Amino acid sequence: MALLEIKNLGIAFGGLKAVDDLNLSVEKGQLYGLIGPNGAGKTTVFNLITGVYKPTQGQFFLDGENLTCKSTMEISRKGIARTFQNIRLFGKMSIIDNVKVGMSNHHKYSVAEGILRLPRFFKEEREMTEKAMSLLKVFGLDSDPNILASNLPYGKQRKLEIARALATGPKLLLLDEPAAGMNPNETGELMDMIRFVRDEFDMTILLIEHDMKLVAGICEELTVLNFGKELAHGKTSEVLNDPAVITAYLGE
Amino acid sequence: MSKKKVAEKVKSAVKNKNLHTLLITVIAYVVITALISEGVLSRHYQSLLVPVGINIILAVSLNLTVGFLGELTLGHAGFMSVGAYAGCLFTTYSELPKWVEFPIALVIGGLVAAIFGIIIGIPALRLKGDYLAIVTLAFGEIIRSVINDMEITGGAGGLKGISKYSDYTIVLIVIFLTIVIIRNLVKSKHGRAICSIRDNVIAAESVGVNIVFYKLLAFVLAAFFAGAAGVLYGHNLGILKPGTFDFNKSIEILVIVVLGGMGNITGSVIAAVLVTVLPEVLRELADYRMLIYSIVLIAMMLFNASPKFRAAKNLVTSKIKSGISFAGVKIKSLFIGKRKGTR
Repeated sequence: MALLEIKNLGIAFGGLKAVDDLNLSVEKGQLYGLIGPNGAGKTTVFNLITGVYKPTQGQFFLDGENLTCKSTMEISRKGIARTFQNIRLFGKMSIIDNVKVGMSNHHKYSVAEGILRLPRFFKEEREMTEKAMSLLKVFGLDSDPNILASNLPYGKQRKLEIARALATGPKLLLLDEPAAGMNPNETGELMDMIRFVRDEFDMTILLIEHDMKLVAGICEELTVLNFGKELAHGKTSEVLNDPAVITAYLGE
Repeated sequence: MSKKKVAEKVKSAVKNKNLHTLLITVIAYVVITALISEGVLSRHYQSLLVPVGINIILAVSLNLTVGFLGELTLGHAGFMSVGAYAGCLFTTYSELPKWVEFPIALVIGGLVAAIFGIIIGIPALRLKGDYLAIVTLAFGEIIRSVINDMEITGGAGGLKGISKYSDYTIVLIVIFLTIVIIRNLVKSKHGRAICSIRDNVIAAESVGVNIVFYKLLAFVLAAFFAGAAGVLYGHNLGILKPGTFDFNKSIEILVIVVLGGMGNITGSVIAAVLVTVLPEVLRELADYRMLIYSIVLIAMMLFNASPKFRAAKNLVTSKIKSGISFAGVKIKSLFIGKRKGTR
Protein backbone atom coordinates (compact mmCIF):
# COMPACT_ATOMS: atom_id res chain seq x y z
CA MET A 1 0.00 0.00 0.00
CA ALA A 2 1.43 3.33 -1.05
CA LEU A 3 1.47 6.22 1.42
CA LEU A 4 -0.17 8.63 -1.00
CA GLU A 5 -2.49 7.21 -3.59
CA ILE A 6 -4.07 9.57 -6.14
CA LYS A 7 -6.77 8.03 -8.33
CA ASN A 8 -8.22 9.69 -11.44
CA LEU A 9 -7.97 13.07 -9.72
CA GLY A 10 -9.11 16.09 -11.68
CA ILE A 11 -10.51 19.57 -11.40
CA ALA A 12 -12.23 21.76 -13.97
CA PHE A 13 -12.46 25.53 -13.67
CA GLY A 14 -15.46 26.09 -15.90
CA GLY A 15 -14.47 24.51 -19.20
CA LEU A 16 -10.76 24.39 -18.41
CA LYS A 17 -9.52 21.08 -17.07
CA ALA A 18 -6.56 22.24 -15.00
CA VAL A 19 -5.84 18.70 -13.83
CA ASP A 20 -7.33 15.77 -15.69
CA ASP A 21 -7.46 12.13 -14.66
CA LEU A 22 -4.22 12.09 -12.69
CA ASN A 23 -2.95 8.85 -11.15
CA LEU A 24 0.02 8.88 -8.86
CA SER A 25 1.31 6.81 -5.99
CA VAL A 26 4.11 7.69 -3.61
CA GLU A 27 5.64 4.98 -1.45
CA LYS A 28 6.66 5.61 2.13
CA GLY A 29 10.12 7.16 2.37
CA GLN A 30 10.24 8.07 -1.29
CA LEU A 31 11.47 11.33 -2.81
CA TYR A 32 9.01 11.89 -5.63
CA GLY A 33 9.15 14.68 -8.18
CA LEU A 34 6.29 16.36 -10.01
CA ILE A 35 7.55 18.33 -12.98
CA GLY A 36 6.19 19.96 -16.09
CA PRO A 37 6.23 23.20 -18.08
CA ASN A 38 4.68 26.39 -16.67
CA GLY A 39 0.93 26.17 -16.33
CA ALA A 40 0.90 22.37 -16.47
CA GLY A 41 -1.16 22.15 -13.26
CA LYS A 42 1.49 21.09 -10.75
CA THR A 43 0.58 23.56 -8.02
CA THR A 44 -3.09 22.79 -8.67
CA VAL A 45 -2.33 19.17 -7.74
CA PHE A 46 -0.86 20.39 -4.46
CA ASN A 47 -3.89 22.57 -3.87
CA LEU A 48 -6.14 19.59 -4.50
CA ILE A 49 -4.41 17.23 -2.11
CA THR A 50 -4.25 19.89 0.64
CA GLY A 51 -7.94 20.69 0.31
CA VAL A 52 -7.53 24.25 -0.99
CA TYR A 53 -9.50 23.18 -4.08
CA LYS A 54 -12.15 20.48 -4.06
CA PRO A 55 -11.63 17.98 -6.90
CA THR A 56 -14.39 17.62 -9.49
CA GLN A 57 -13.35 14.03 -10.20
CA GLY A 58 -11.38 11.25 -8.58
CA GLN A 59 -10.10 10.60 -5.08
CA PHE A 60 -6.90 10.55 -3.07
CA PHE A 61 -5.84 8.49 -0.06
CA LEU A 62 -3.22 8.95 2.64
CA ASP A 63 -2.25 5.70 4.31
CA GLY A 64 -5.41 4.15 2.90
CA GLU A 65 -7.68 6.85 4.31
CA ASN A 66 -9.84 8.76 1.86
CA LEU A 67 -9.19 12.49 2.33
CA THR A 68 -10.87 13.68 -0.85
CA CYS A 69 -13.43 16.14 0.46
CA LYS A 70 -11.77 17.04 3.75
CA SER A 71 -10.92 20.66 4.64
CA THR A 72 -7.38 22.02 4.56
CA MET A 73 -7.28 21.99 8.35
CA GLU A 74 -8.36 18.35 8.61
CA ILE A 75 -5.92 17.25 5.92
CA SER A 76 -3.11 19.02 7.75
CA ARG A 77 -4.08 17.21 10.94
CA LYS A 78 -4.16 13.90 9.08
CA GLY A 79 -0.54 14.38 8.10
CA ILE A 80 0.00 16.29 4.86
CA ALA A 81 2.13 19.41 5.24
CA ARG A 82 3.24 21.78 2.51
CA THR A 83 5.33 24.78 1.58
CA PHE A 84 4.31 27.41 -0.92
CA GLN A 85 5.72 28.55 -4.25
CA ASN A 86 5.48 32.18 -3.14
CA ILE A 87 6.62 31.99 0.47
CA ARG A 88 3.83 32.31 3.01
CA LEU A 89 5.29 32.86 6.44
CA PHE A 90 3.72 34.59 9.43
CA GLY A 91 5.77 37.71 8.74
CA LYS A 92 5.07 39.73 11.87
CA MET A 93 5.75 36.81 14.19
CA SER A 94 9.13 35.62 15.45
CA ILE A 95 10.62 32.62 13.71
CA ILE A 96 10.22 30.41 16.78
CA ASP A 97 6.54 31.38 16.96
CA ASN A 98 6.16 30.45 13.30
CA VAL A 99 7.35 26.95 14.13
CA LYS A 100 5.23 26.79 17.28
CA VAL A 101 2.06 27.61 15.31
CA GLY A 102 2.79 24.45 13.32
CA MET A 103 2.99 22.46 16.53
CA SER A 104 -0.12 23.66 18.26
CA ASN A 105 -2.29 20.70 17.33
CA HIS A 106 -0.06 18.36 19.28
CA HIS A 107 -0.40 20.37 22.47
CA LYS A 108 -3.85 20.41 23.85
CA TYR A 109 -3.95 22.92 26.70
CA SER A 110 -7.22 24.85 26.59
CA VAL A 111 -7.91 28.55 26.21
CA ALA A 112 -8.73 28.82 29.93
CA GLU A 113 -5.51 27.03 30.90
CA GLY A 114 -3.61 29.48 28.74
CA ILE A 115 -5.28 32.56 30.20
CA LEU A 116 -5.06 31.39 33.82
CA ARG A 117 -1.46 30.22 33.31
CA LEU A 118 -2.11 26.83 34.89
CA PRO A 119 0.77 24.33 35.26
CA ARG A 120 -0.10 22.52 32.04
CA PHE A 121 0.45 25.75 30.10
CA PHE A 122 4.01 26.09 31.38
CA LYS A 123 4.79 22.41 30.89
CA GLU A 124 3.56 22.27 27.31
CA GLU A 125 5.01 25.67 26.37
CA ARG A 126 8.40 24.47 27.62
CA GLU A 127 8.10 21.32 25.53
CA MET A 128 7.10 23.35 22.51
CA THR A 129 10.02 25.73 22.92
CA GLU A 130 12.46 22.86 23.20
CA LYS A 131 11.07 21.08 20.16
CA ALA A 132 10.90 24.30 18.14
CA MET A 133 14.50 25.13 19.01
CA SER A 134 15.73 21.71 17.95
CA LEU A 135 13.85 22.06 14.66
CA LEU A 136 15.33 25.51 14.09
CA LYS A 137 18.75 24.08 14.84
CA VAL A 138 18.37 21.48 12.09
CA PHE A 139 17.87 24.32 9.62
CA GLY A 140 20.55 26.55 11.08
CA LEU A 141 18.06 29.14 12.23
CA ASP A 142 18.63 28.87 15.96
CA SER A 143 21.05 31.78 16.39
CA ASP A 144 18.29 34.34 16.92
CA PRO A 145 14.88 32.68 17.41
CA ASN A 146 13.14 35.97 18.21
CA ILE A 147 13.85 37.71 14.91
CA LEU A 148 10.73 38.46 12.86
CA ALA A 149 10.15 36.02 10.00
CA SER A 150 9.81 38.84 7.46
CA ASN A 151 13.31 40.05 8.36
CA LEU A 152 14.96 36.78 7.34
CA PRO A 153 16.86 36.61 4.06
CA TYR A 154 15.08 34.77 1.25
CA GLY A 155 16.92 31.46 1.49
CA LYS A 156 16.32 31.23 5.22
CA GLN A 157 12.65 32.03 4.75
CA ARG A 158 12.38 28.96 2.52
CA LYS A 159 14.06 26.89 5.21
CA LEU A 160 11.77 28.27 7.89
CA GLU A 161 8.77 27.31 5.82
CA ILE A 162 10.02 23.73 5.67
CA ALA A 163 10.68 23.77 9.42
CA ARG A 164 7.16 25.01 10.06
CA ALA A 165 5.69 22.29 7.84
CA LEU A 166 7.70 19.63 9.69
CA ALA A 167 6.49 21.01 13.01
CA THR A 168 3.00 19.78 12.21
CA GLY A 169 4.37 16.23 12.41
CA PRO A 170 3.36 15.19 8.90
CA LYS A 171 3.58 11.82 7.17
CA LEU A 172 3.93 13.46 3.77
CA LEU A 173 5.74 16.69 2.98
CA LEU A 174 4.87 18.66 -0.16
CA LEU A 175 7.52 21.12 -1.37
CA ASP A 176 6.40 23.61 -4.00
CA GLU A 177 9.47 24.79 -5.93
CA PRO A 178 11.83 24.84 -2.96
CA ALA A 179 14.78 26.00 -5.09
CA ALA A 180 12.96 28.92 -6.75
CA GLY A 181 15.12 32.03 -6.63
CA MET A 182 18.17 30.25 -5.24
CA ASN A 183 21.65 30.39 -6.71
CA PRO A 184 23.48 27.13 -7.62
CA ASN A 185 25.31 27.06 -4.27
CA GLU A 186 22.12 27.44 -2.30
CA THR A 187 20.42 24.83 -4.47
CA GLY A 188 23.21 22.37 -3.71
CA GLU A 189 22.79 23.04 -0.02
CA LEU A 190 19.05 22.61 -0.35
CA MET A 191 19.46 19.22 -2.02
CA ASP A 192 21.55 17.99 0.91
CA MET A 193 18.97 19.37 3.29
CA ILE A 194 16.03 17.68 1.60
CA ARG A 195 17.85 14.36 1.70
CA PHE A 196 18.72 14.98 5.33
CA VAL A 197 15.09 15.75 6.19
CA ARG A 198 13.96 12.56 4.50
CA ASP A 199 16.46 10.43 6.45
CA GLU A 200 16.34 12.27 9.77
CA PHE A 201 12.56 12.60 10.02
CA ASP A 202 11.78 9.40 8.13
CA MET A 203 9.73 11.55 5.76
CA THR A 204 8.06 10.98 2.44
CA ILE A 205 8.51 13.96 0.12
CA LEU A 206 6.65 15.00 -2.99
CA LEU A 207 8.16 18.03 -4.66
CA ILE A 208 7.52 20.34 -7.58
CA GLU A 209 10.65 21.75 -9.16
CA HIS A 210 11.87 23.43 -12.31
CA ASP A 211 15.55 23.11 -11.52
CA MET A 212 16.48 19.93 -13.42
CA LYS A 213 19.77 19.59 -11.58
CA LEU A 214 17.88 19.28 -8.33
CA VAL A 215 15.26 16.98 -9.79
CA ALA A 216 17.83 14.67 -11.38
CA GLY A 217 19.94 14.83 -8.22
CA ILE A 218 17.46 13.80 -5.56
CA CYS A 219 14.18 12.51 -7.00
CA GLU A 220 13.81 8.76 -7.27
CA GLU A 221 10.67 8.79 -9.34
CA LEU A 222 8.97 11.44 -11.45
CA THR A 223 5.62 12.26 -12.92
CA VAL A 224 5.56 14.77 -15.76
CA LEU A 225 2.46 16.89 -16.26
CA ASN A 226 1.58 18.79 -19.40
CA PHE A 227 -1.69 20.70 -19.87
CA GLY A 228 -3.11 19.02 -16.76
CA LYS A 229 -2.48 15.52 -18.06
CA GLU A 230 0.17 13.00 -17.20
CA LEU A 231 2.78 12.90 -19.90
CA ALA A 232 5.08 10.31 -18.41
CA HIS A 233 6.01 8.66 -15.14
CA GLY A 234 8.66 6.33 -13.85
CA LYS A 235 12.31 6.27 -12.75
CA THR A 236 13.93 9.71 -12.94
CA SER A 237 16.64 8.83 -15.46
CA GLU A 238 14.18 7.12 -17.82
CA VAL A 239 11.63 9.92 -17.66
CA LEU A 240 14.15 12.67 -18.28
CA ASN A 241 15.34 10.89 -21.43
CA ASP A 242 11.83 10.30 -22.72
CA PRO A 243 11.48 12.05 -26.13
CA ALA A 244 7.91 13.17 -25.30
CA VAL A 245 9.13 14.90 -22.14
CA ILE A 246 11.98 16.60 -23.96
CA THR A 247 9.57 17.82 -26.62
CA ALA A 248 7.20 19.22 -23.99
CA TYR A 249 10.00 21.15 -22.35
CA LEU A 250 11.97 22.29 -25.39
CA GLY A 251 9.33 22.30 -28.12
CA GLU A 252 9.54 20.50 -31.43
CA MET B 1 18.53 27.32 47.95
CA SER B 2 21.76 28.68 46.56
CA LYS B 3 22.08 32.38 45.88
CA LYS B 4 22.25 31.84 42.15
CA LYS B 5 19.00 29.91 42.11
CA VAL B 6 17.29 32.63 44.08
CA ALA B 7 18.58 35.22 41.65
CA GLU B 8 17.26 33.19 38.73
CA LYS B 9 13.88 32.80 40.36
CA VAL B 10 13.71 36.50 41.05
CA LYS B 11 14.65 37.22 37.47
CA SER B 12 11.92 34.99 36.06
CA ALA B 13 9.38 36.46 38.45
CA VAL B 14 10.33 39.96 37.39
CA LYS B 15 10.08 38.96 33.76
CA ASN B 16 6.52 37.91 34.43
CA LYS B 17 4.46 40.57 32.70
CA ASN B 18 1.40 39.94 34.83
CA LEU B 19 3.32 41.03 37.90
CA HIS B 20 4.45 44.13 36.01
CA THR B 21 0.87 44.97 35.20
CA LEU B 22 -0.17 44.43 38.81
CA LEU B 23 2.67 46.66 39.99
CA ILE B 24 1.73 49.42 37.56
CA THR B 25 -1.96 49.15 38.45
CA VAL B 26 -1.21 49.45 42.15
CA ILE B 27 1.09 52.42 41.52
CA ALA B 28 -1.61 54.07 39.40
CA TYR B 29 -4.13 53.51 42.17
CA VAL B 30 -1.86 54.98 44.84
CA VAL B 31 -0.96 57.98 42.68
CA ILE B 32 -4.58 58.75 41.78
CA THR B 33 -5.71 58.42 45.40
CA ALA B 34 -2.88 60.69 46.53
CA LEU B 35 -3.62 63.28 43.85
CA ILE B 36 -7.28 63.39 44.82
CA SER B 37 -6.67 63.65 48.55
CA GLU B 38 -4.06 66.36 48.00
CA GLY B 39 -6.55 68.27 45.90
CA VAL B 40 -4.26 68.39 42.85
CA LEU B 41 -6.89 66.79 40.62
CA SER B 42 -9.81 69.15 40.12
CA ARG B 43 -13.36 67.84 40.24
CA HIS B 44 -13.50 68.15 36.48
CA TYR B 45 -10.49 65.91 35.96
CA GLN B 46 -11.67 63.49 38.62
CA SER B 47 -14.81 62.98 36.58
CA LEU B 48 -12.59 61.97 33.65
CA LEU B 49 -10.97 59.04 35.46
CA VAL B 50 -13.76 56.55 34.78
CA PRO B 51 -14.29 57.51 31.09
CA VAL B 52 -10.53 57.21 30.51
CA GLY B 53 -10.57 53.77 32.10
CA ILE B 54 -13.57 52.70 30.04
CA ASN B 55 -11.82 53.76 26.86
CA ILE B 56 -8.74 51.80 27.90
CA ILE B 57 -10.85 48.65 28.29
CA LEU B 58 -12.59 49.26 24.96
CA ALA B 59 -9.34 49.95 23.12
CA VAL B 60 -7.45 46.99 24.55
CA SER B 61 -10.33 44.66 23.68
CA LEU B 62 -10.77 46.09 20.17
CA ASN B 63 -7.04 45.64 19.68
CA LEU B 64 -7.61 41.90 20.01
CA THR B 65 -9.74 41.82 16.85
CA VAL B 66 -8.15 44.67 14.90
CA GLY B 67 -4.52 44.38 15.98
CA PHE B 68 -4.01 40.68 16.68
CA LEU B 69 -6.65 38.98 14.56
CA GLY B 70 -6.27 41.63 11.86
CA GLU B 71 -9.97 42.01 11.11
CA LEU B 72 -11.44 45.50 10.91
CA THR B 73 -14.65 45.63 12.95
CA LEU B 74 -16.67 48.80 13.49
CA GLY B 75 -19.37 47.45 15.79
CA HIS B 76 -17.60 47.80 19.11
CA ALA B 77 -20.03 50.47 20.37
CA GLY B 78 -22.86 48.06 19.54
CA PHE B 79 -21.45 45.39 21.86
CA MET B 80 -20.83 48.07 24.46
CA SER B 81 -24.47 49.15 24.37
CA VAL B 82 -25.83 45.60 24.60
CA GLY B 83 -23.67 44.96 27.65
CA ALA B 84 -24.51 48.32 29.17
CA TYR B 85 -28.26 47.81 28.97
CA ALA B 86 -28.09 44.21 30.21
CA GLY B 87 -25.91 45.10 33.21
CA CYS B 88 -27.81 48.27 34.10
CA LEU B 89 -31.20 46.58 33.87
CA PHE B 90 -29.90 43.89 36.19
CA THR B 91 -28.79 46.34 38.91
CA THR B 92 -32.00 48.36 38.51
CA TYR B 93 -34.18 45.33 39.22
CA SER B 94 -32.06 43.37 41.69
CA GLU B 95 -32.10 44.06 45.41
CA LEU B 96 -28.62 42.81 46.23
CA PRO B 97 -26.01 44.95 48.00
CA LYS B 98 -23.63 46.95 45.80
CA TRP B 99 -20.54 44.76 46.14
CA VAL B 100 -22.48 41.68 45.14
CA GLU B 101 -24.63 42.99 42.37
CA PHE B 102 -22.09 45.17 40.60
CA PRO B 103 -19.58 42.40 39.79
CA ILE B 104 -22.50 40.19 38.74
CA ALA B 105 -23.77 43.00 36.51
CA LEU B 106 -20.32 43.33 34.92
CA VAL B 107 -20.25 39.62 34.14
CA ILE B 108 -23.84 39.66 32.86
CA GLY B 109 -23.11 42.64 30.61
CA GLY B 110 -20.04 40.89 29.27
CA LEU B 111 -21.82 37.59 28.70
CA VAL B 112 -24.79 39.13 26.91
CA ALA B 113 -22.41 41.07 24.65
CA ALA B 114 -20.45 37.85 24.07
CA ILE B 115 -23.63 36.01 23.07
CA PHE B 116 -24.37 38.78 20.57
CA GLY B 117 -20.77 38.41 19.45
CA ILE B 118 -21.39 34.74 18.65
CA ILE B 119 -24.68 35.47 16.87
CA ILE B 120 -23.14 38.22 14.75
CA GLY B 121 -19.75 36.60 14.40
CA ILE B 122 -20.76 33.27 12.90
CA PRO B 123 -22.21 34.77 9.71
CA ALA B 124 -20.11 37.98 9.63
CA LEU B 125 -16.67 36.45 10.06
CA ARG B 126 -16.99 34.69 6.73
CA LEU B 127 -16.37 38.12 5.28
CA LYS B 128 -13.01 39.82 5.09
CA GLY B 129 -11.61 43.31 5.28
CA ASP B 130 -13.87 46.15 4.17
CA TYR B 131 -16.91 43.87 3.85
CA LEU B 132 -16.64 42.78 7.47
CA ALA B 133 -16.18 46.42 8.52
CA ILE B 134 -19.41 47.45 6.79
CA VAL B 135 -21.39 44.51 8.19
CA THR B 136 -20.27 45.16 11.78
CA LEU B 137 -21.01 48.85 11.30
CA ALA B 138 -24.53 48.00 10.15
CA PHE B 139 -24.95 45.65 13.09
CA GLY B 140 -24.09 48.44 15.53
CA GLU B 141 -26.69 50.69 13.97
CA ILE B 142 -29.34 47.94 14.09
CA ILE B 143 -28.75 47.42 17.79
CA ARG B 144 -29.04 51.14 18.40
CA SER B 145 -32.34 51.45 16.59
CA VAL B 146 -33.76 48.33 18.27
CA ILE B 147 -32.87 49.70 21.70
CA ASN B 148 -34.45 52.98 20.65
CA ASP B 149 -37.77 51.24 20.05
CA MET B 150 -37.87 48.89 23.01
CA GLU B 151 -39.87 49.70 26.12
CA ILE B 152 -37.75 48.00 28.74
CA THR B 153 -34.72 50.09 27.72
CA GLY B 154 -36.60 53.35 28.07
CA GLY B 155 -36.43 54.01 24.35
CA ALA B 156 -34.98 57.25 23.06
CA GLY B 157 -35.59 58.92 26.42
CA GLY B 158 -32.99 56.64 27.94
CA LEU B 159 -32.73 54.29 30.89
CA LYS B 160 -32.75 56.43 34.03
CA GLY B 161 -32.10 55.91 37.69
CA ILE B 162 -29.07 53.63 37.40
CA SER B 163 -27.04 53.52 40.60
CA LYS B 164 -23.73 55.34 40.21
CA TYR B 165 -21.50 52.47 41.22
CA SER B 166 -18.51 53.08 38.95
CA ASP B 167 -15.46 54.59 40.57
CA TYR B 168 -11.82 54.50 39.63
CA THR B 169 -11.09 51.56 41.94
CA ILE B 170 -13.42 49.13 40.21
CA VAL B 171 -12.42 50.52 36.81
CA LEU B 172 -8.75 49.90 37.58
CA ILE B 173 -9.56 46.34 38.62
CA VAL B 174 -11.43 45.70 35.38
CA ILE B 175 -8.60 47.28 33.35
CA PHE B 176 -6.11 45.02 35.10
CA LEU B 177 -8.20 41.92 34.38
CA THR B 178 -8.75 42.94 30.76
CA ILE B 179 -5.07 43.49 30.08
CA VAL B 180 -3.94 40.32 31.87
CA ILE B 181 -6.54 38.09 30.22
CA ILE B 182 -5.99 39.46 26.71
CA ARG B 183 -2.22 39.44 26.98
CA ASN B 184 -2.12 35.95 28.47
CA LEU B 185 -4.31 34.77 25.62
CA VAL B 186 -2.12 36.43 23.02
CA LYS B 187 1.04 34.96 24.54
CA SER B 188 -0.22 31.39 24.37
CA LYS B 189 -0.63 28.89 21.55
CA HIS B 190 -4.15 30.20 21.03
CA GLY B 191 -2.85 33.74 20.63
CA ARG B 192 -0.22 32.55 18.17
CA ALA B 193 -2.97 30.91 16.15
CA ILE B 194 -4.92 34.21 16.14
CA CYS B 195 -1.85 36.16 14.99
CA SER B 196 -1.07 33.56 12.32
CA ILE B 197 -4.52 34.18 10.80
CA ARG B 198 -3.66 37.89 10.60
CA ASP B 199 -0.32 37.25 8.91
CA ASN B 200 -1.42 34.64 6.38
CA VAL B 201 -4.76 32.83 6.40
CA ILE B 202 -3.83 30.26 3.77
CA ALA B 203 -0.62 29.28 5.56
CA ALA B 204 -2.43 29.18 8.91
CA GLU B 205 -5.00 26.78 7.49
CA SER B 206 -2.28 24.66 5.92
CA VAL B 207 -0.65 24.04 9.31
CA GLY B 208 -3.99 23.02 10.80
CA VAL B 209 -5.14 26.21 12.55
CA ASN B 210 -8.91 26.20 13.07
CA ILE B 211 -9.69 29.52 11.40
CA VAL B 212 -13.39 29.69 12.29
CA PHE B 213 -12.83 28.90 15.96
CA TYR B 214 -10.02 31.38 16.52
CA LYS B 215 -11.68 34.20 14.62
CA LEU B 216 -14.78 33.69 16.72
CA LEU B 217 -12.76 33.42 19.94
CA ALA B 218 -11.07 36.78 19.39
CA PHE B 219 -14.30 38.42 18.28
CA VAL B 220 -16.35 37.11 21.21
CA LEU B 221 -13.74 37.88 23.85
CA ALA B 222 -13.48 41.45 22.54
CA ALA B 223 -17.27 41.72 22.67
CA PHE B 224 -17.25 40.45 26.26
CA PHE B 225 -14.94 43.22 27.46
CA ALA B 226 -16.81 45.83 25.43
CA GLY B 227 -19.98 44.72 27.22
CA ALA B 228 -18.32 44.99 30.63
CA ALA B 229 -17.04 48.46 29.70
CA GLY B 230 -20.62 49.37 28.79
CA VAL B 231 -21.80 48.34 32.27
CA LEU B 232 -19.13 50.59 33.82
CA TYR B 233 -20.26 53.38 31.51
CA GLY B 234 -23.92 53.12 32.52
CA HIS B 235 -23.10 53.06 36.22
CA ASN B 236 -20.90 56.11 35.82
CA LEU B 237 -23.44 58.43 34.23
CA GLY B 238 -26.56 57.00 35.86
CA ILE B 239 -28.39 57.21 32.55
CA LEU B 240 -28.12 55.31 29.25
CA LYS B 241 -29.14 56.81 25.93
CA PRO B 242 -28.98 54.80 22.71
CA GLY B 243 -27.59 57.83 20.88
CA THR B 244 -24.25 57.63 22.70
CA PHE B 245 -23.49 54.26 21.14
CA ASP B 246 -23.53 55.40 17.53
CA PHE B 247 -20.80 54.59 15.12
CA ASN B 248 -18.81 57.68 16.13
CA LYS B 249 -18.07 55.85 19.36
CA SER B 250 -16.78 52.82 17.43
CA ILE B 251 -14.61 55.11 15.32
CA GLU B 252 -13.26 56.83 18.43
CA ILE B 253 -12.13 53.47 19.82
CA LEU B 254 -10.62 52.54 16.48
CA VAL B 255 -8.70 55.84 16.46
CA ILE B 256 -7.26 54.93 19.86
CA VAL B 257 -6.22 51.49 18.67
CA VAL B 258 -4.56 52.82 15.51
CA LEU B 259 -2.83 55.60 17.40
CA GLY B 260 -1.54 53.22 20.06
CA GLY B 261 -0.36 50.76 17.43
CA MET B 262 -1.95 47.60 16.07
CA GLY B 263 -1.24 44.74 18.41
CA ASN B 264 0.33 46.99 21.03
CA ILE B 265 -1.52 46.79 24.35
CA THR B 266 0.60 49.34 26.20
CA GLY B 267 0.17 51.68 23.25
CA SER B 268 -3.61 51.30 23.43
CA VAL B 269 -3.56 52.27 27.10
CA ILE B 270 -1.48 55.40 26.51
CA ALA B 271 -3.48 56.41 23.44
CA ALA B 272 -6.76 55.96 25.32
CA VAL B 273 -5.59 58.38 27.99
CA LEU B 274 -4.43 60.93 25.40
CA VAL B 275 -7.51 60.77 23.20
CA THR B 276 -9.95 60.98 26.12
CA VAL B 277 -8.20 63.75 28.01
CA LEU B 278 -7.23 65.86 25.04
CA PRO B 279 -10.69 67.30 24.18
CA GLU B 280 -11.17 68.22 27.83
CA VAL B 281 -7.83 70.00 28.02
CA LEU B 282 -8.78 71.90 24.88
CA ARG B 283 -12.12 72.98 26.35
CA GLU B 284 -10.79 76.50 26.99
CA LEU B 285 -10.45 77.01 23.25
CA ALA B 286 -14.24 76.90 22.99
CA ASP B 287 -15.27 77.07 19.33
CA TYR B 288 -11.93 75.90 18.01
CA ARG B 289 -11.86 72.84 20.26
CA MET B 290 -12.79 70.13 17.80
CA LEU B 291 -10.69 71.74 15.07
CA ILE B 292 -7.58 71.74 17.24
CA TYR B 293 -8.42 68.24 18.46
CA SER B 294 -8.50 66.96 14.90
CA ILE B 295 -5.28 68.73 13.99
CA VAL B 296 -3.54 67.28 17.04
CA LEU B 297 -4.82 63.81 16.08
CA ILE B 298 -3.42 64.18 12.56
CA ALA B 299 -0.11 65.39 13.96
CA MET B 300 0.04 62.45 16.37
CA MET B 301 -0.67 59.96 13.58
CA LEU B 302 2.02 61.51 11.39
CA PHE B 303 4.52 61.44 14.23
CA ASN B 304 3.63 57.85 14.96
CA ALA B 305 4.34 56.89 11.36
CA SER B 306 7.73 58.60 11.16
CA PRO B 307 10.71 56.28 11.61
CA LYS B 308 12.72 58.74 13.69
CA PHE B 309 9.92 59.22 16.18
CA ARG B 310 9.49 55.46 16.38
CA ALA B 311 13.16 54.96 17.14
CA ALA B 312 12.98 57.57 19.89
CA LYS B 313 9.83 55.94 21.27
CA ASN B 314 11.45 52.49 21.32
CA LEU B 315 14.44 53.90 23.17
CA VAL B 316 12.20 55.46 25.81
CA THR B 317 10.07 52.33 26.25
CA SER B 318 13.11 50.07 26.59
CA LYS B 319 14.54 52.46 29.21
CA ILE B 320 11.27 52.43 31.11
CA LYS B 321 11.05 48.65 30.89
CA SER B 322 14.55 48.13 32.21
CA GLY B 323 13.75 50.65 34.94
CA ILE B 324 10.72 48.66 36.02
CA SER B 325 12.67 45.40 35.97
CA PHE B 326 15.38 47.01 38.04
CA ALA B 327 12.89 48.32 40.59
CA GLY B 328 11.22 44.90 40.64
CA VAL B 329 14.51 43.13 41.37
CA LYS B 330 15.30 45.61 44.13
CA ILE B 331 11.93 45.17 45.79
CA LYS B 332 12.04 41.39 45.46
CA SER B 333 15.57 41.08 46.77
CA LEU B 334 14.61 43.27 49.71
CA PHE B 335 11.90 40.80 50.66
CA ILE B 336 14.06 37.75 50.14
CA GLY B 337 16.90 39.32 52.08
CA LYS B 338 14.60 39.94 55.01
CA ARG B 339 13.25 36.42 54.96
CA LYS B 340 16.73 35.01 54.95
CA GLY B 341 17.66 37.22 57.88
CA THR B 342 14.91 35.83 60.05
CA ARG B 343 15.85 32.23 59.41
